[in-house]
Amino acid sequence: MGCGAVGSLFAAHLSLLDDAEVWAFDLNELHIAAMNRDGLRLSGAGELVGSPRGTSDAAAIPPCDFGIVATKAMHTEAAIAATAHAFTDGYVATVQNGLGNEETIAGHVDRVIRGTTFPAGKLLAPGHVQWDVKGDTTFGPYDERTPLEEVEQLADACTRAGMPAAAVEDARGPQWRKVIFNASTNPIGALTGLTHGRVCERPDLRALVTGLVDEGKAVAAAQGIELDADPEELIDHAAKPEVAYDHKASMLQDVEARRPTEVDYLNGGIVRFGAEHGVPTPLNAAIQALVKGVEASWMQS
Amino acid sequence: MTSVVVAGAGSIGSLLAAHLAKVADVTVLTRREEHAAALREWGLRVSGRSDFTARLDATADPAALPDAELAILACKGTDLEPLAVRLEGTLSRATLMTIQNGLGAEDVVAAHGDWPLLSSVTFMSGTRHGDAHVEYVLDTATWIGPYRGTSEEDARRVAELVEAGGLKAEAFADLRPAQWSKLIFNATVNGVAALTGLPHDFHFAQTDEPSDLGILVRDLVDEGKAVAAAAGVELHDDPWAMNVLATERGHRHFPSMLEDVEARRPTELESINGALVREAWRLGVDVPLQTAVYRLVKAREASYSE
Repeated sequence: MGCGAVGSLFAAHLSLLDDAEVWAFDLNELHIAAMNRDGLRLSGAGELVGSPRGTSDAAAIPPCDFGIVATKAMHTEAAIAATAHAFTDGYVATVQNGLGNEETIAGHVDRVIRGTTFPAGKLLAPGHVQWDVKGDTTFGPYDERTPLEEVEQLADACTRAGMPAAAVEDARGPQWRKVIFNASTNPIGALTGLTHGRVCERPDLRALVTGLVDEGKAVAAAQGIELDADPEELIDHAAKPEVAYDHKASMLQDVEARRPTEVDYLNGGIVRFGAEHGVPTPLNAAIQALVKGVEASWMQS
Repeated sequence: MTSVVVAGAGSIGSLLAAHLAKVADVTVLTRREEHAAALREWGLRVSGRSDFTARLDATADPAALPDAELAILACKGTDLEPLAVRLEGTLSRATLMTIQNGLGAEDVVAAHGDWPLLSSVTFMSGTRHGDAHVEYVLDTATWIGPYRGTSEEDARRVAELVEAGGLKAEAFADLRPAQWSKLIFNATVNGVAALTGLPHDFHFAQTDEPSDLGILVRDLVDEGKAVAAAAGVELHDDPWAMNVLATERGHRHFPSMLEDVEARRPTELESINGALVREAWRLGVDVPLQTAVYRLVKAREASYSE
C-alpha cells in the first residue's frame, strides 16, 4: 500500500518470487497503468523489472497473507482504512518513517508488524523507480497478537527476493535509531537549506543536532528501548563525501516543493512519547513548531 | 533652526529626515551619490500616515556635512561600523544618536569618536518605494535615552524635536528597559519569521495545541526575560504582550530579517539574536531555544552560497 519509491522497491522485488502473488496499491493511476503495461522497473543500485498487479481500486485487492504499508506517514490512515478488508486473516507491516504508524494501522487490522527500512530511491517516471541506496529492513511483532514466526516468514520472503530483512522480537531499537536520525537532521536541512554534509560540518549546527539526538535517546530509554546503534554514528557516516554529503534531506525537498512534511511523525512523535513518559523535549518541540510554521506560510500567498 | 544630519536613508532614516525637515535644517548622508542627487532634486515624499514632500539637503560626502548639532545614525545594524568609520573626524559639535535594533550600536559608534551619544529604539515602521519616496506605515513611538556624555534633558530635547516634526517620541532616564524589551521581541519574532517565512501574524500568538507556534514564541520570550533579569534590567514592556498586541493589529508585518533572508541579504542576526545569546552565555543563563534559533538563521545565511 503506497507505491512510491520504497513501496515500489518491495513490490518489484517480491513479485519475482515464485511463491508470492503481489498486489501494488497506489492512487497514482499513471504509475499503476505503466507497471501493469510494461512492468515495474528499478534502475540504479540494481536493475530489474518486476510484475506486481497494480491497482488504484482498493476493493480489487483479494484477501492477502501480508501487507506492507509504504505511504508517507500522513497517508497511513487513509491507506489502511481503504485496504483493511484484505487483511482480515493476514498481517500488515509498516516500513514507513516516523512514529505512530503501527498504532494507526492497528486501528483497522488486528495483526501488525513494526518495520524499519533503509533503502531509498525516487520515482523517475510512471512505472520506473530509481533505486539510490541499498539497505536492510528489520521487522518485529507490534504486539502479542503477532507471533514472531509470521514475522520471520515475511522477512524470509523479502530476503529471498533481494531485499535483506531480519525478524526480531523487539524492532523498536532500529525504528527509534532511524527516527532519531531523521528527526535530528532532516528538519535542520529543511530550515536552513543546507545539505546533510553542510549541516554536519558546522560545529554550531552539529551541536544542535546532538541536542535533538540526546532528547530522542532519553525518550527511547524511558520506554526501555535499546537502540541497535548510536544515531550519532549514522549521522557522521552519512556526512561523508562518498555517502550522503550532498544529499538534500527529503524534508528539505518537501519544503522546496511546498509539500506537507513528516515532521509531526518525527519530532512530533518524539515530543508525544516524551510527554507520555515524562521526558522533556523542548528542542524537538521547537523544531516541530518551526517546520509547522513553514508549512503554514504556504497558505499565506 | 536646529541643524540635523540623518545618516542613512532607509525607511526609518527617510521617515525621520522628512518629518524633521519641517522643523529643522536637515541634511541626509547617503551611501550613493545618485541617491543624494535624487533627494536634492525631488525632495523626499512621504505617503501613508503622513502626506507631504519635504525639501532637504543631501550628500554622499561626509566632509560636506554641515556643522550640525544632532546627527541620527539610521542605517541598518550591519552598515553601522562602516558608517562610523566614514564619520570619523566630522560633526565635531554634534550629539550622535543611534537607532539600530539589538544591542551594542552605541559602542560601535563610540569607538570612532568622542561625540556625546544618545541611544534610541524605534517602533515606527515604513516602506521605501524608491530613493525619494517612503510610506509611513506604523506610527508607533521612538524612545530616546542618554548614553555617553548626555543627560535625560538632552534626550528630552531631541524627543521634543521629533514630536514637533510630527512623529511620536518619548524620553527616558534609562533606555535599557525599553531597549531590552525590544531586543527580546525582535530576537524572537524576527528569528521565527525568518525561519518559517511567516509574516508577524496570528500564528505567533496561537497557543492552543502543543505544536502551535505561539508556544515556541512564548518559550523564547521567557528565555529572553531570564537573561534580562540576570543582567539586572527590569523590562519596560512584556515582550510577549508586545507580540500579542502586534498580531492583533490585523496588519501582516514582514520583519526585516524575513525580508533579508528572502532576498538572500545579510541579516541583523548578530546585533539582535547574537547579542542576546552572548549576553546569556556571559551571565551564565541557559537559553537553548534562542541558541537554536540563532544558529539556524546563521546557517540559513550560509546557505545563500549553495
